[in-house]
Amino acid sequence: MVDTVLVWRRLVGAQIRSQLQYRLSFALDAFGSFWISFIDFIVILVIFRNVPRLAEWSVHQVAFLYALSSITFAVTDMLIGQLDQFPQKIRDGTFDIVLVRPRGTLFQVIASDFALRRIARVIQGAIVLVYALSTLSVQWTVLRVVVLLVSLPSAVVIFSSIWVVGACIAFWTTDGGEFTNAFTYGGTSMAQYPFDIYSTWLRRLLGFVIPLAFVCYFPALYVLGKADPLGLPRFLEFCSPAVAAASAIVAGLAWRFAVRHYRSAGG
Amino acid sequence: MRLDWEIAKRGWRRYAAYPWATAAGAFTNTIFGFLLAYILLAVYRTRAEVGGFDATDAVTYVWLSQSMIMTVYIFSWWELAWRIRDGSITTDLLRPLNPQRYWLAFDLGRAPYHLLFRGLPPFVLGALVFELRYPSPLDALAFLLSLTFAVVISFGFRFIYNSVAFWLLDFRGIVTLSTTVIVFFSGMAIPLRFMPTALRDLCYALPFGSVIQTPVDIWLGKRDGAALAGVLALQLFWALALLAIGQVVLQRATRKVVVQGG
Repeated sequence: MVDTVLVWRRLVGAQIRSQLQYRLSFALDAFGSFWISFIDFIVILVIFRNVPRLAEWSVHQVAFLYALSSITFAVTDMLIGQLDQFPQKIRDGTFDIVLVRPRGTLFQVIASDFALRRIARVIQGAIVLVYALSTLSVQWTVLRVVVLLVSLPSAVVIFSSIWVVGACIAFWTTDGGEFTNAFTYGGTSMAQYPFDIYSTWLRRLLGFVIPLAFVCYFPALYVLGKADPLGLPRFLEFCSPAVAAASAIVAGLAWRFAVRHYRSAGG
Repeated sequence: MRLDWEIAKRGWRRYAAYPWATAAGAFTNTIFGFLLAYILLAVYRTRAEVGGFDATDAVTYVWLSQSMIMTVYIFSWWELAWRIRDGSITTDLLRPLNPQRYWLAFDLGRAPYHLLFRGLPPFVLGALVFELRYPSPLDALAFLLSLTFAVVISFGFRFIYNSVAFWLLDFRGIVTLSTTVIVFFSGMAIPLRFMPTALRDLCYALPFGSVIQTPVDIWLGKRDGAALAGVLALQLFWALALLAIGQVVLQRATRKVVVQGG
């Protein structure tokens, strides 16, 4: 395990060094990603120009949801977002190389593509988080701090699991990759807004079957000390880490199953 | 003309070759359609209308704009930039056909494919779940004309930001920024009607408002008579202006082109 972490650090360190070689292109890239992710927040501001509250939520509370969703999604995107390009490895057969190396296949795929430029999105989300927290006057308790801090890695694990399961589709059809976008990019968009505005079936499908409600809706309810407008059991507010663990197991099993069905294109 | 037609057919076939990609994309547009529809409907819990849009207008807007996303190809288009970067643009320049005309014909073949197979399925699904507004026969015709102009405007814009690759080999940042601009200022991210008046007027005046908001306005019957003629004329103006700018950029670039291998 320690060994794996060391290998990961080496691989990612090398990529960071190489990506920083081209400073102008890195700066332009980072600048571009900063603004494109900022659109979603401007949209929230535009909406609240027209209404003081969205359902039971104020602009600062929605900004808080947005920040949690945005930061954790951006971190996931930075770590494994290149899985979007994974179908290419199946199409041209370069996944063969991964199979003959003495490391886990998923580990190799993930460690081979680290996108530092996406740090811009993390920073953008962090700015909104600071803004939201400074205006919200949260009644901080130890437990609230713990729930907030635990929710961040939990959300990253949930998003990552969605991405990995999505990448598995590539083992059967290499041009269906965009299917995953509905749950990754769609997922972060959905989690930016309070779940009580969505219809029941959409909430069940994307909130619980794909557990996006645990990314930030439930932890945010607890941190903000807000009664759940949906009236769901309070213990759900503490379930994000457990749900994250379960998602990771499902994703791991899906990946193993998929790799067993790999038929090389003969790269 | 015959040649343009042949190129357009190839544009259609290129995308028709990947039916799974089309299905997956249509699915994604559908999910986003539902999300945006519920987000906007939450606004209408306390408002009867926003900027001249009632709830039905807004939901129709969501499904129409999701259906137009690929038809007007609003997200990053790189194809020309890659040809410039890897040098294959030289082959295009050797041909007795202007590259801009080639790609325009290709794009006009691609657009109807995306309208039918990426646009129609999400729209039909949205229409089954939500109450939508439908155009009069005349508005429907005007909508199709306006949508065609929108495709050309979007193409003109994409051609220009792709041409940046002649000067800057690392064009990814420029493409992302250009996409950001068009997604926000066209009304793709949120209807222009929701924006503050000054910003809204700016978006309508820029070419971007003509890409999403104007066709939808026409569909919803918000433009009649002289106003309809006016917005169509503005679209035509931007379509021609952007093509002309693209042509100038191309002329400049070819005077100094340095080929990367190829």
